[in-house]
Amino acid sequence: MAEENKTYTIPIGPVHVGLKEPITAWLQVDGERIVDVRIRPGAIHRGIEYMARERNPIQVIYLAERICGICSFAHIVSFVRVVEDATGIPVPPRAKYIRTILLELERIHSHILWAGVACYTLGYDSAFNLGMLLREKVMDVLEAMTGNRVNYGVGTIGGVRRDITPKVAKAINEMLDYYNREFSYFYNVVTEDPIVKARMRNVGVLSKENAIRYCAVGPTARASGLRMDLRWSSPYEAYEDLEVEPVVPQDYLGKVHGDVFDRFFVRVMEVYQSLDIVKKCMDGLPDGPIMHESKPAKLLSLLKEAEGVGQSSIEAPRGDDTHAIKLTKGEENITWWKVRAPTYANAMSWPIMFKDQEIADAPLIINSIDPCISCMERMLVVDEKGSSTMTTKEELIKLCRDKTRRLMHR
Amino acid sequence: MINKMFLMILKQFIKKPFTNLFPLARIPDHLTAILKKVEAGEAKINTPLPTPEGFRGRISYDKGKCIGCRLCIRVCPANAISYIAEEKKIMVHIDRCCFCAQCTEICPVQCLSMSDEFLLSSFDRKKQVVAGSN
Repeated sequence: MAEENKTYTIPIGPVHVGLKEPITAWLQVDGERIVDVRIRPGAIHRGIEYMARERNPIQVIYLAERICGICSFAHIVSFVRVVEDATGIPVPPRAKYIRTILLELERIHSHILWAGVACYTLGYDSAFNLGMLLREKVMDVLEAMTGNRVNYGVGTIGGVRRDITPKVAKAINEMLDYYNREFSYFYNVVTEDPIVKARMRNVGVLSKENAIRYCAVGPTARASGLRMDLRWSSPYEAYEDLEVEPVVPQDYLGKVHGDVFDRFFVRVMEVYQSLDIVKKCMDGLPDGPIMHESKPAKLLSLLKEAEGVGQSSIEAPRGDDTHAIKLTKGEENITWWKVRAPTYANAMSWPIMFKDQEIADAPLIINSIDPCISCMERMLVVDEKGSSTMTTKEELIKLCRDKTRRLMHR
Repeated sequence: MINKMFLMILKQFIKKPFTNLFPLARIPDHLTAILKKVEAGEAKINTPLPTPEGFRGRISYDKGKCIGCRLCIRVCPANAISYIAEEKKIMVHIDRCCFCAQCTEICPVQCLSMSDEFLLSSFDRKKQVVAGSN
């Protein structure tokens, strides 16, 4: 009995059946109980920001789209907004509404996918199949509107490339009816099941204080009771005309637990909210052009003459998606581009959620923030000798200043 | 155990399949053999669904119309278009193409367009190049 407090280290990842994308979580376990966690990303860095530096803004639209497969349009809108911010290109009102509709359709499919996958992680496969069945309808609408099921490729600087034709409008209205009729089945099947409730309630709790301290964003923060939503606090595109209230569990259930069930609940309620927004946008869709400059060659020369820094944050399905850019006059390629995907902010709260949970709950907790690891990984430190080192703050500042000096002497 | 999920599953027995059907109900023992049989008319597979309106498939290129302005090369995000300097024409590599259709929009003479063709995989790399007919 001498080694009573001995803990063991169990790695989950980098590649693991419980994970959709590579990330490593080192769990310190005492029996079945998780005592401490270290999250170690860095397995799927792709160097997208570097690739963007040898491309012009029109080419980077499609690169930005490929940051994430699920929230691709959110990344496009964020990117074209920073370019519009840097160059001062106006967007016609109809294009703003079409962007909003597409963003909300994407949110619907992302949230239904997540809800299905959460059921699958629990082992509730029939609910997973039901979720996938429901998601098929919104995918059909996206296909009818843009021609593609993922990576729509319809955003452009100063507008959108595809219009809402009467045929598409009909498909969207049919979809709204379908979801208003069918979606409650899925919701009831999952939330009224006692086993699902037992697996999700009080699992992976993130309190309101910790959500603030660790800067959680999006549905993860809202499930902890924080009233934050960029569509509500700093509206962009057509959200300026609409009234979007953040969905928080205390408004519906009366009490906040901040657990996986609350995160499920918030996402399901946001699907209803998105349906409502799409309906309002369809009713108030203004007429007019969908692009500020319909000739891409003219747009290209306009962008070449632009000089400035742009910044934009939008509410992607997983949280705040922030982009920043610098364009230099006379240079066709962008000077630099920075992306912060929502998972980066949410991954910080993983260790808190893991505390005192069982190992069996670990995949569910990892999935509960809807992680998108390849979106998140923007930086990688490569040591040439192949050894791992720790860098102190002073060393980092020295490295940073050295780089400035190198650039000055070039 | 009768709960709501059980009723939902019972309902699905009488419903039509929601998603598109696979070409065959089961994985065949030999894929190329079954494809040859289909060509000979001995076997049947579920044909692929028609592509949606505005679908962006394999690029088709009208070489006669092309004026060699190289605007498409400037906007291609995947660097899939290369320029043939002797002829002053272009060549599109489909294996690199990301089907964004930006080149068809920028082309001043509309010599590039997107077709409906989408089954593009092949062992022959020469088939992955679109260089126009004449």
